[in-house]
Amino acid sequence: MPNLKQIKRRVSIVAEFWDFMKTRKKWWLAPLFFIFLLLSLLIVLTQGSALAPFIYTLF
Amino acid sequence: MNILGISCYYHDAAAALVMDGRLVAAAQEERFTRRRHDADFPRHAAEWCLSEGGLQPGDLSHIVFYDKPFVKFERILQTYLATFPMGYRSFMKALPVWMKEKMWIRQAIMQEMAYEGEILFADHHTSHAASAFLVSPFDEAAILTIDGVGEWETATAGYGRGTDLQIDQAIWFPHSLGLLYSAFTYYLGFKVNSAEYKVMGLAPYGEPRFYDLIMKELVSLRDDGSFKLNMRYFTYHYGLTMTGRRFARLFGEPVRSPESALTQFHKDVAASIQKATDTIVVAMARHLQRRTAMRNLCLAGGVALNCVSNSKVLEETDFQKIFVQPAAGDAGGAVGAAFYVQNTVLRNPRSYQMQNAFLGPSFSDDEISAFLTAQGIAHRPLDRQTLLSETARLVGEQKVVGWFQGRMEFGPRALGARSILADARNPKNQSVVNLKIKFRESFRPFAPTVLEERTSEYFDWKDPSPFMLFVATVREDKREIPAVTHVDGSARLQTIARDQHPLYYDLVKEFERQTGCPVIINTSFNQRGEPIVCTPADALNCFLRTGIDHLVIGSFILNKADMSPERVAEAANRTFEPD
Repeated sequence: MPNLKQIKRRVSIVAEFWDFMKTRKKWWLAPLFFIFLLLSLLIVLTQGSALAPFIYTLF
Repeated sequence: MNILGISCYYHDAAAALVMDGRLVAAAQEERFTRRRHDADFPRHAAEWCLSEGGLQPGDLSHIVFYDKPFVKFERILQTYLATFPMGYRSFMKALPVWMKEKMWIRQAIMQEMAYEGEILFADHHTSHAASAFLVSPFDEAAILTIDGVGEWETATAGYGRGTDLQIDQAIWFPHSLGLLYSAFTYYLGFKVNSAEYKVMGLAPYGEPRFYDLIMKELVSLRDDGSFKLNMRYFTYHYGLTMTGRRFARLFGEPVRSPESALTQFHKDVAASIQKATDTIVVAMARHLQRRTAMRNLCLAGGVALNCVSNSKVLEETDFQKIFVQPAAGDAGGAVGAAFYVQNTVLRNPRSYQMQNAFLGPSFSDDEISAFLTAQGIAHRPLDRQTLLSETARLVGEQKVVGWFQGRMEFGPRALGARSILADARNPKNQSVVNLKIKFRESFRPFAPTVLEERTSEYFDWKDPSPFMLFVATVREDKREIPAVTHVDGSARLQTIARDQHPLYYDLVKEFERQTGCPVIINTSFNQRGEPIVCTPADALNCFLRTGIDHLVIGSFILNKADMSPERVAEAANRTFEPD
């Protein structure tokens, strides 16, 4: 399981995403992008956990 | 100020370290992991760069990544939306990699490098442009970058002045000269993103009889050098292949199976796409020259490794000098990203010119001797002059020599540090080295190294070409070097000056003294599918595995005849996937 520092590091991607959206201004892509971002976060944060097999079967 | 540039996750991962404005180390990850074109995070290369600079991660002021992953993902999403549902399978294959790896560059850098400092991201083509201009000898120059695709751009043009880069024109995905060339690489049965240079080598054997067809049906080229591709013939923007059935119907034959026989048809197709590429690159460069009125050009991106096109630009435009750095492809993006921050973002004056490519690891005689001793191989050091005269004599006696000296090259070409050397005067050496040493296709040409001061005696060429990125015609009265003269009379030229690599220069000079010929074959020290050797162990293994007669490593010369049959047999077990 990732520790607190790793979780904080991972979640920082949301801020990156926000900066990206503000710069690119392709707001119509935001919902799709955000869904993939959340799924991605879920996959990475659950790596090594009991949830992992269920997440991986999505892909 | 210490800046580490990183490129990875597509092909040719690399790291480069700039310390106080000087490039002190640069290397591709493949050299350490022994996986050709390794795209994984360059942890070994980065670690080595830091150790070469005597640094810890905390000593770095910045780490710079060579492209912008979110913008790239935006392009991928938009492309799949635009081509839905055709791209569904390809999208589902790409998605997990993006979600688990490619979106997490910042986090990967922090974790892999144990680094908490500033992380920056440069545009892909800005990294390319910076990799050429900011280390070039020019104060101002036009800049042209051409590759497969970066974020959205596939080619960009502009100029550089001092530390400023003004990139103001671009061609966007899916219209891409790099991907057009790769589509033909795929159609000809070669590996995409790996074997494009084989198409270039095959081209002189054919007639460009499909050139008009390509320019009429596939490419719409305008006077300003911009172009569009007819995407009905291609599948790379949504599929798992590069071309579709319509493409095969256009040319009349199916995609060639890898390793099957090459027919005249395939040679003609190669000649045609090479000619089309030359036409497009020249049109882009000509327009750029007229627009900027500049006399110097910096070229970068994977297409800038096409030395035939580079030479056409020099011949057919008003540019008088062209600079192409030796790792013009994605590996060089690591260098460009670091210098972009050093010079353009932070406004530090330029203080470095890339005059040679010897930026990788080196090994002292003591280290080599310790390794050979551990291997139980008898060896004794030779003084410098004996080493040179013995090596030159062996080459002159038609022996094939593995040459391992000093710092490894950065970029895809061996330039005299990790090279296989042979006599260019012997016509048999082309097939001998291709088939018995490199285990590769017999049509592949070899490049010559020539003493810089004698270049124009042997080639229709007068400028230095230290990075083997231009072709020149072998003069009619000097066709005595058949092993490096391609079927069209051209050669992929490397000139060597003494200040670039004194030992290698002195070797060619010694060969000239013994034979009268200032030219030798220089090909990379590896076999087919293997990255160029990095360490003494890599060199010894390649030497034992292949038909190389002698290994000249540091101050030592090893003779294959002295190696035990068991050792040779054991080394032969190591195989590499063909490229």
